[in-house]
Parts: sequence; C-alpha cells; structure tokens
Amino acid sequence: MPPEESTGQGAITVAHLAPELTRGLYRDMRTARDLDTEAIALQRQGVFPAYVSVRGQEAAQVASATALDPARDFVFPTYREMAVALAYGVEMVGYMATHRALWHGGLYDVMGSRFGAINAVVGGPVPHAVGWAVGERLRGDQGVAMAYFGDGASSEGDVHEAMNFAGVFTAPVVFFCQNNQWALSVPNERQVAGGSIAARAEGYGMPGVLVDGNDAGAVYAATDEAVQRAREGGGPTVIEALTYRVEPHSTSDDPGRYRDEAVADRWRQRDPIDLLRTAMLQAEHADEAFFATVATEAAQRAEQIRDGVASAPEPDGSELFTHVFRETTEELTRQHRTWQEEVEL
Amino acid sequence: MTELIEHEHTDAAVGPRTVELSMQQAINRALHTLLTEDPDVLVFGEDVGALGGVFRVTDGLQKEFGDQRVFDTPLAESAIMGMAVGLAMNGWRPVPELQFDGFAYPAIDQIVNQVARMNYRTRGAAPMPITLRLPSFGGIQAPEHHGESLEALFAHTPGLKVAAPSDPAEAYSLLLQSVRSDDPVVFMEPKARYWDRRPVQLSEPTDPIGTSRIVRPGRHATLVAWGAMVHKCLQVAELAAEDGVELEVLDLRWLKPIDAAGLAASVARTKRAVVVHEAPLTAGLGAEVSTLITENCFRDLAAPVQRVTGFDVPYPAGPLEPQYLPTIDRVLLAVQRTLEY
Repeated sequence: MPPEESTGQGAITVAHLAPELTRGLYRDMRTARDLDTEAIALQRQGVFPAYVSVRGQEAAQVASATALDPARDFVFPTYREMAVALAYGVEMVGYMATHRALWHGGLYDVMGSRFGAINAVVGGPVPHAVGWAVGERLRGDQGVAMAYFGDGASSEGDVHEAMNFAGVFTAPVVFFCQNNQWALSVPNERQVAGGSIAARAEGYGMPGVLVDGNDAGAVYAATDEAVQRAREGGGPTVIEALTYRVEPHSTSDDPGRYRDEAVADRWRQRDPIDLLRTAMLQAEHADEAFFATVATEAAQRAEQIRDGVASAPEPDGSELFTHVFRETTEELTRQHRTWQEEVEL
Repeated sequence: MTELIEHEHTDAAVGPRTVELSMQQAINRALHTLLTEDPDVLVFGEDVGALGGVFRVTDGLQKEFGDQRVFDTPLAESAIMGMAVGLAMNGWRPVPELQFDGFAYPAIDQIVNQVARMNYRTRGAAPMPITLRLPSFGGIQAPEHHGESLEALFAHTPGLKVAAPSDPAEAYSLLLQSVRSDDPVVFMEPKARYWDRRPVQLSEPTDPIGTSRIVRPGRHATLVAWGAMVHKCLQVAELAAEDGVELEVLDLRWLKPIDAAGLAASVARTKRAVVVHEAPLTAGLGAEVSTLITENCFRDLAAPVQRVTGFDVPYPAGPLEPQYLPTIDRVLLAVQRTLEY
C-alpha cells in the first residue's frame, strides 16, 4: 500500500472489535483532538513557545496505545506522542508541561506512568525499549516495550541497531512507526529507501506489518497481535502505520514552502475520528447520544488540561542543580550556593 | 580464576586477603564480587562472554554466572549503551563494556544525551546506575581508534562521573564503588597497565567518590596524574629522588568529581605542581586541574602550574607513540622548569 494508494481510501470497519473498546478509542481520540486544538491555541497566545500537532494521527496513536497494558508494559515515546500518552493514562498536565517548556522530558512521573521521558533525539529511545524488554525477559516477567518513532527517525542508526538487537535477543518489543510521510520538510521518497519501513523487518528477522494508520480498528488489531506475540515469547514486530501529518511539523513550520496542500487536504478528508464514528454507527457500537456526550466531555477535559498547564508553576531555579546526580558533588553544591547568593543579590 | 587462587597469600605480613593480581585480574575479581553480591548487576558488551573480552577482563564470568548475567551483544556501541538505559529503567544495574575508547564515539549520543541526562530529565524518577567500562588511553601500540583519552569529554558532560584507576588495588575498589553508585560512571581502564602484577588487597572502598590519593609523599613539587601516567610519575619521582628532589605523586583517580581540596592540600605544601596526562593539551583535563590549583593555591604557588601532555595531534601509530606520550624526560624537564622558576 504505497502512500498515494491509501489516500482517500474508503470506509473502515470496527465490526471485529468489542463495542466498549471502540467507544474507548473514540473517547480518547476525540479528547486528544480537542487537546491538540487547545495546544495550538496556547501557542498562538504565547503560552507555549512551540507545539507539535498530532492531528490526523489520533487513530495510530490511541489505538496502538490501547492495545498495551499500562500495568505491565512500558512506552518509549519521542516528542509527538500526545495522544499515546493520553490513551495510556499519563497525567496530561505534566505531559503538556514539556510543550510549555517547563521541563525537558515532561513533568509526569515517568516510572509510575510506565511512559518514558519525551525525547527529541528521535532514534534515541528505540534502543532503550530493547534494553527494557531484554530486562523484562531476564526477570521472567511478561511486559512488552513499545517504541514509538516516525518515518524520519527510521533513518537513524539507533533504530536499525535496536531492531537488530531485538531480533538477536528475541526481545518483547513492538517497533511502532507512524509514517506520517513528512520528516519535517522531507517527504517519504527522500527519506525511506525502498519505500517501506515495515519491509525492513524481514531483514531483522521479525514480522513487519503495514497498516492503515487512519483506521483505528486495523491499528488496534495489528498492535494487539504484535503485543500478544511479544508477550508470549514470540519476539519483536515492526508495525508501520501509514498516516499523514496534516498540520505543519510544528507551529514554527511553514509547509507551503515544501509541499502541495491539496494532498494534505485529501488526507484531512479522511479524518480518522470521522472514519471511526461512521464505522461505529454502522456496527451499532454507539448512537448519536454517545457522540454528543463524548463531545462535551472531551471538550471539558481538554479545557481542564489546558487551564492546568497554562497555570502550572514554573520550576524553582534550585531544580537546576537538584537532579543532576543521585549523590551530588562538592563542586555542584558550590555552584548551587554561588547561584543562590547571586539570586539573592 | 585458578591462576588467581594459586597466588593467594596467607602470610600474616601481607594479610589474608592479599593476592598478587594484574589490573585486568583485579577488575575481573571486582566484577565477580559485584555479580555475586547484587543479582541486578549485568555485564555485557562485545565479546565479553565466551571469549572473556579482548583483554580477558571478563574471563570466566559467563561460565560462572551464566549467559543471562554476562552476555555478548551484537557489534553496535550506540545500542549497547541504549540497551543499558532501558535495562536501568527496568531495575537492573548494567555494567556494559565498550571494547576500546575510540569505539565510544559511536555511542556518544547515548552516553551524553541519554545516560548522563535521564535522571535529570525525569527529575530523579529514572536513575541510571550504569558503569561503562572503557579500556582507555595509549601505550600498547594498538591500531588507530584503539588508544584515545576521552576523559575531558566525559568530565565535561553534566551527569557523568569519571574514574581512572592506576593500579590493581585501585581498580578493584574503584570499580566496586562505581558500580554500587546510583549515578552513571565512565570507568576508564588504562590498557597499558592491564598486565601489571602486584599484591592487591581486595578491600572495600573506604574513601568517598571524588577523593584523590597521595601515592608517594614529597615536598618539592606535586605531580598530578591518573591512569597509566601515575606509574610514569612514580618513575620520575624515583629518579628525581636520586638528585635529592622529593616529588609528591598525587593520583587524581576521580576525574569527575575532581578532588579540589586534595589538590590544594598537596600543592599548598609543595608550592609547585606539574599535571601529566596522555590526552592532547588544548582543553584537556590538565587545564581544569591547573585552574583549580591556581584558584585555590594562588598565594602558595612558587611557579606557574606546568602541563606535560600528549600533543594536539590525532593519536599516532605505534612507532611514534613513545614520542607522543609524556616521557620521563619531559616530566623531569617540567619539574626542572617549576623548580627553577
């Protein structure tokens, strides 16, 4: 399924999923959309220095995260995984705090959430997922590591090293690539030799799955299968969820300089939330009253998170020094003291 | 390990826990102790399993502790360090080996951007109790990229601690200390001293992290060194003593944090200091040491701090190596300069 073929493809189905599950998917996708909209507004208002939108990628993110077990799995994100965080149960004011630049890596509890720190070196966390997964197997536990990355990150050496390690160690990892077709300004054809990230899996001795990233039901099924296989000792999987970055790379970007917005418009027409809604109505998983309720609740939750992050206190300057080491050094203590004296002047 | 047991001394003068070991064997012993005392310790890297590492530092460990605790990885330094991060996040205490110092460069992103920062980035939620064992420095006429001195790079990176032992006993206790630390430590093993055998007291570390030690007391000048250069400075001190010059040799051993107080105490006594390292001069750690001495001992100093270092050139091939590394004569000349200032 090369990118253009999937553009504007037709309806999706959720008949294979439980109604309760699809309602959960919809609720989280809708909430993520509203929160995304609020975040862009916060950037326009100058509260966020910049923001990276997940619009159009909600199905890929929410449905894959929903296939995980937040009690025993562990997510390794990059920086465009807001809807994953939301669906996985991360405390969202703490998550969004990174976009307000309050703290690199977010202010949520990374270990308690089992959701790694936000990371801008996009290939960097992928080998972490493999290490975590190998550690899980060594202890005899059943958790699965989920590495999120994009088509741009798929060019990073770390991603290839990580896939090879995972294959060699039969590690319980799912490599989940959201191919949104743009690595900032560089399109897939200038980024992904051979045209497919999923196809690379074969070379690393693991299954590779290409899935319609705007089809929540398909993403869920593909991820669920990969997660179960990993959990049962069947080793890693690469999933490539083909989607599209309908927004600019970030609020600082100007896509008019490098792409034809008509293509983006076609993808906007194939909105994953609209697709899911139609499929749910068709499968009789929900009625209009459900969607109306979700619309209200999602908007409320997004506003609460927005207000929470906008009013969150800035970290104390002392925190510059607090977390550098577990056991700090005399020199750092001296610098901390000097800083304190200068602040008090 | 049988070889080690043969050398076990029981004679009261040397002490019951004293054995004659090379540094490479002492490190092996420390890893053995660590793997025994803490089930979360994992040793991994390229060829560390069946082969026992290219320097045989991990010899026998896989056989004794199994291929779950001591294992080979594919050849990819960045993934080795990235894997260490993930293992640490899953509660393990990783002790990865990167085969040679020059091969740490491919892993710099993981070391600097990930290992060093994860505790900070997560505000203490995800500590990185990782000890990177890195065969370091020159002196063995190795191929290119097999003899580098990266201490300034690591010491400059916030979040890392850096140790460099100078003899087998130090290697044993410093490694125990490094691995037990909840902070990431780059443990730079001086390759040129791996085979240096001497009696080792297998003792628990007593000095805190970040303390230096006086290897040889003296009163006319302080030689500051770490790794293999400590041995070189001891040779210099021996020769100088023949001329009545008593040189103090200070083994810095922790390159981050640096023992500023220990340096100051020594130089306040001797009034003169010569810093010796293998790394190139410019922006080398000698500059930091020299500045610390100047800041803390300005009024005590009888002469400017001297530096004897490698040159600002890429690490040279075998025949030129002895001309690149600080020699006894170069250190003696620096001592002369500081005494005659």
